[in-house]
Amino acid sequence: MTLVLPQPTTPGAFSAALGKVGEFTRQQPLGAVSFVIIFVMMFAGIFCELVAPYDPLTIDFAAILAPPSIDHWCGTDAYGRDIFSRLIYGSRTALVIGFTSSFVGSSLGATLGIASAYFGGRIDSWIQRFMDVLLAFPLIVLALVVVAALRSFVVGGVDMNLILAIAIPIIPRVARVVRAAALGVRVMPYVDAARAAGYSNSRIIFRHMAPNVVAPYLIMLTAFIAQAILAEASLSFLGLGVVEPKAAWGLMLSGNAADFYREAPWMILFPGAAISLAVFAFNLFGDALRDYLDPRFKV
Amino acid sequence: MRLKLGLLITAALAWGLGSAQAQTPKKGGELVYAITAETPNYDCAGSETFATLHFASPFYSTLLQFDLSKFPAVKGDLAKSWTVAPDLMTYTFKLNEGVKFHDGTPFTSADIKATYDRMRNPPQGVISPRKATFADIDTIDTPDANTVIFKMKAVNASMLEHFASPWNCVYSAKDIAADPNAPRTKINGTGPFIFVEHVKGSHVSGKRNPDYFRKGLPYLDSFKGVFTLQAAAMLNALQGGQVMAEFRGVSPAERDRLKAALGDKLRVEESSWTLNLLVAFNTEKKPFDDVRVRKALLMAIDRWGGSQGLSKISTLRSVGGVIRPGSPSATAEADLVKLPGFSKDIKKSREEAKKLLKEAGQENLKFVLWNRNLAMPYTPGGVFLVDQWRQIGVEVEHKQSDTAPYLAALNAGNYDVAIDFSNLFMDDSTLALAKYLSRDRSPQNLSRSIDRELDKLYDDHIRERDPAKRKALVQAFEKRLFEQGYQEPLLWWHRIVLTHKTVMGWKMSPSHNLGQDLAEVWLNQ
Amino acid sequence: MLRYTIRRVLLTIPTLLGVAVLVFFMLRIVPGDVIEVKLRADGGNVSQEVVDAERKRFGLDKPLVNQFADWMVGMAKLDFGTSMWTERPVIEEISLRLQLSLQVAIMATLIAVFIAIPLGTTAALFRDTWLDYAVRIITIGGLSIPSFWFGMLIMLSLLALFNWLPPITFTPIYVDPIANLTQLIWPALAVGYRYCAVVARMIRSSLLEVLNEDYIRTARAKGVFEKLVVSRHALRNALLPAITVIGLEFTFLIGGLVVTEQVFNLNGIGQLFVQSVSRNDFMLIQGMVMLIAAFYVFVNLAIDLLYAVFDPRIRYS
Repeated sequence: MTLVLPQPTTPGAFSAALGKVGEFTRQQPLGAVSFVIIFVMMFAGIFCELVAPYDPLTIDFAAILAPPSIDHWCGTDAYGRDIFSRLIYGSRTALVIGFTSSFVGSSLGATLGIASAYFGGRIDSWIQRFMDVLLAFPLIVLALVVVAALRSFVVGGVDMNLILAIAIPIIPRVARVVRAAALGVRVMPYVDAARAAGYSNSRIIFRHMAPNVVAPYLIMLTAFIAQAILAEASLSFLGLGVVEPKAAWGLMLSGNAADFYREAPWMILFPGAAISLAVFAFNLFGDALRDYLDPRFKV
Repeated sequence: MRLKLGLLITAALAWGLGSAQAQTPKKGGELVYAITAETPNYDCAGSETFATLHFASPFYSTLLQFDLSKFPAVKGDLAKSWTVAPDLMTYTFKLNEGVKFHDGTPFTSADIKATYDRMRNPPQGVISPRKATFADIDTIDTPDANTVIFKMKAVNASMLEHFASPWNCVYSAKDIAADPNAPRTKINGTGPFIFVEHVKGSHVSGKRNPDYFRKGLPYLDSFKGVFTLQAAAMLNALQGGQVMAEFRGVSPAERDRLKAALGDKLRVEESSWTLNLLVAFNTEKKPFDDVRVRKALLMAIDRWGGSQGLSKISTLRSVGGVIRPGSPSATAEADLVKLPGFSKDIKKSREEAKKLLKEAGQENLKFVLWNRNLAMPYTPGGVFLVDQWRQIGVEVEHKQSDTAPYLAALNAGNYDVAIDFSNLFMDDSTLALAKYLSRDRSPQNLSRSIDRELDKLYDDHIRERDPAKRKALVQAFEKRLFEQGYQEPLLWWHRIVLTHKTVMGWKMSPSHNLGQDLAEVWLNQ
Repeated sequence: MLRYTIRRVLLTIPTLLGVAVLVFFMLRIVPGDVIEVKLRADGGNVSQEVVDAERKRFGLDKPLVNQFADWMVGMAKLDFGTSMWTERPVIEEISLRLQLSLQVAIMATLIAVFIAIPLGTTAALFRDTWLDYAVRIITIGGLSIPSFWFGMLIMLSLLALFNWLPPITFTPIYVDPIANLTQLIWPALAVGYRYCAVVARMIRSSLLEVLNEDYIRTARAKGVFEKLVVSRHALRNALLPAITVIGLEFTFLIGGLVVTEQVFNLNGIGQLFVQSVSRNDFMLIQGMVMLIAAFYVFVNLAIDLLYAVFDPRIRYS
């Protein structure tokens, strides 16, 4: 584990951070490119209201299926809604669900992984058995089972069932990797020292062990954002995720979007490209991060 | 008994029939068509979805049928002839002789009695949505094997049309006696085709019934109904020639796509449709128990503008009241625009709507709109409504779910506002109005409203035999309904059926539930 | 080896049992009766007696634990229960569709492996050259492009270019191989792309690892020709992890098929799964989850045993 996090309190932190970025860019040019894509996406997702030229929900029957033009960069859909604006709002949906579910899943997974490694013995084997059980489900299958179990569960306009459905399958996958890393940390003398000093288990786990498994955690987190975005798109495409008229990329491909492939191919080309680009960027960034942080590490 | 005077059949339809009748039918071949939903079971009498009829109609006969060339006139199917007493209290049917079920059992009047008894008095565990329709029947007598007499408790001016309903598949008395739910899982009819197989998730197929009682029919050797659950898959299959027809109906955009792709190989038939989407409020839930809130929401909908736009991209088209626009007893446009929610001055209407909401203290109203997750036309309907209500500052969450959980929630009253639908097979007002009666009288009334005034208007109209007075009563009913705003049609559907030109003898009608026995369909190959 | 095999086989039991417990109780966390949903949806005013009778018929009036026990006992006798929607045995519903999905999965695997081996090897041999970058981009593309979108593009391209589409109903390969293959090759391609990408990446990275070992480094110094010769040995050594990935990804193909079958209107396990979820047909969902999980567990078992054959240390650890 060779991770050195930038220390914001030290003077010259900014230039140090800049130096890190420069180093990363030199070592991982593809990673840097993907980071730019992610940055643009995040910017668009956060500032939808400022970036999007149109409201994503407003129906305009005068502009049904308009081809891409200066007014509508990516054309319009069957309701005359601006596709470019819907893509931008869709990036918010994708990022919120992708990031939240990956964060929840990875964090729970990491906690379980560290706890498993730290306690060892019976607790370890129970947790591992449970993770084995969860691992026996393909990601999308487990997500669908969770959707079937929770049905609709919307809090404040955010589909909690969707986030949980995607987060739960991530847990065992992260837990496994983090446990392996944490096993290496557990035998370090300072953990024994902390134990001898009588620190509580949770303190040792979170203060002493967690920082040392940050690298695999971050790598898994980014990699699973990609998976989560893909899963959200798939579920929405199946009609079991985000629902019209909300803007979401997978949803834009569902229903009768393909009916218009002749008159309005932009209706299926752009949303599909957006999903691919986002997943591509997070995958590539995850790869680059892995190579940069820990070249020996394997997912 | 010409209460329904006839019906506007579009030029396209008339033309389609004309050309189809010009040639002598050829025998043989297999018709392959798409069905966009898969029926959960085979019992037409227990079903309310076209999926069952497009699947099972070719295997069954009914007592009467609608004559689609002269819709809404009826003609005999299993009945050879019939007489109706002048007081409309007795219906006597003479049945065709020598008819056999597919398992070889001879068909008699007892089978008719058993079929209708099962519908009007369903035994334990049998589902019969048409129980109320036949509640006016007092007794069913079978003086001999080929005669059936229905005696009524009360006049129902539309009874003959109900005997022609496509849902009343005639089952064998023997099968029903053995297991009242047998028709759910077993097919044994007297229809033109014999059941071959149902491959779950894939298709249903049938072969020619050599003993079919209408001589010389059917023309086809066999048929195959392929399930294409995704609209895109159905359209692709039609375009690629894997299926020759889809009989429910497609949207204008889909029509245009296939026309461009297939040119003159494709036949397009269009008609208005006996189907509408309804906006229904759960009147037991706050604040939808307040008539001002309901009215405000209805007044915010720009039906006339929506009709223009939605008709380009969906199967929704005509603005209308409770009776299908264009049919004889429908409310004229001049009267319609005076009713709440139908104004052509949408700006003014929305101002009033906002005022009403303010009065009711519901300026920041938020609610969930329940909808079915069917691409056409439910999704466009929902997307449109959400946008309409946003324009008076109401925030709506659109919730789409599969038909079964959707209907279950609506039937149990677990919803705020919903897109409901009224699926009729004819323009008859007794059928069309039944949905809006008080909840205790009509289980189909999902708004759960109780309104004795509406019930009285309905009862008066059902016994009224003078067409003009009857129409006036229907309009009074409509006015009362819309002013109370329990439920109100959003838009009526428009039916477009695409068939390859090789498919002949199939007849277009305003209902996708009718005319699916395929007896007279043939292939021009 | 025998002892290890027995121990490893016994270990699959708690996993499968855990899957059964998890899926059974998870589906029942949120109250809501499937029977009621179904009857109410059938229309009409359903009386409480009818609902109760129907519940009894499906054994849903018993306590959850008893229902679970019934299900487990049934499964031990290979009876997976009855679909709540179609009222047919779950096993019948599944077996009808399994053939199609399995065939697509196998075809996808073949396509993926045949393309992945040359791709992955090239990338490793020419590490950090433009070839490597090209392969990395192609493979990352495979991980990024949703298979359902790729499938849509395939279908629409066929339509637009040839005005032709594959057959719509399934014909078993022994009945009519041409009709069968023309229908299934396209979905196999759509899901195979991702599969191929995963395997190619695995081959690249494990090859690189082997190539870094001393004997290869020596060979490398001698020139490209030797490098190639040795890399054939290297490839053999790199194959074990690749086989692992191939095996594991095979079970995950079922996941990919869940979505892609919708696009191609295929009557497979995936489409059935989505339908069961939207209909809340718990028995069918459970049955399919058990099937998929069992598949995963046994593939894992096979991989572990394979490792044990090659690497004796594992047997005694």
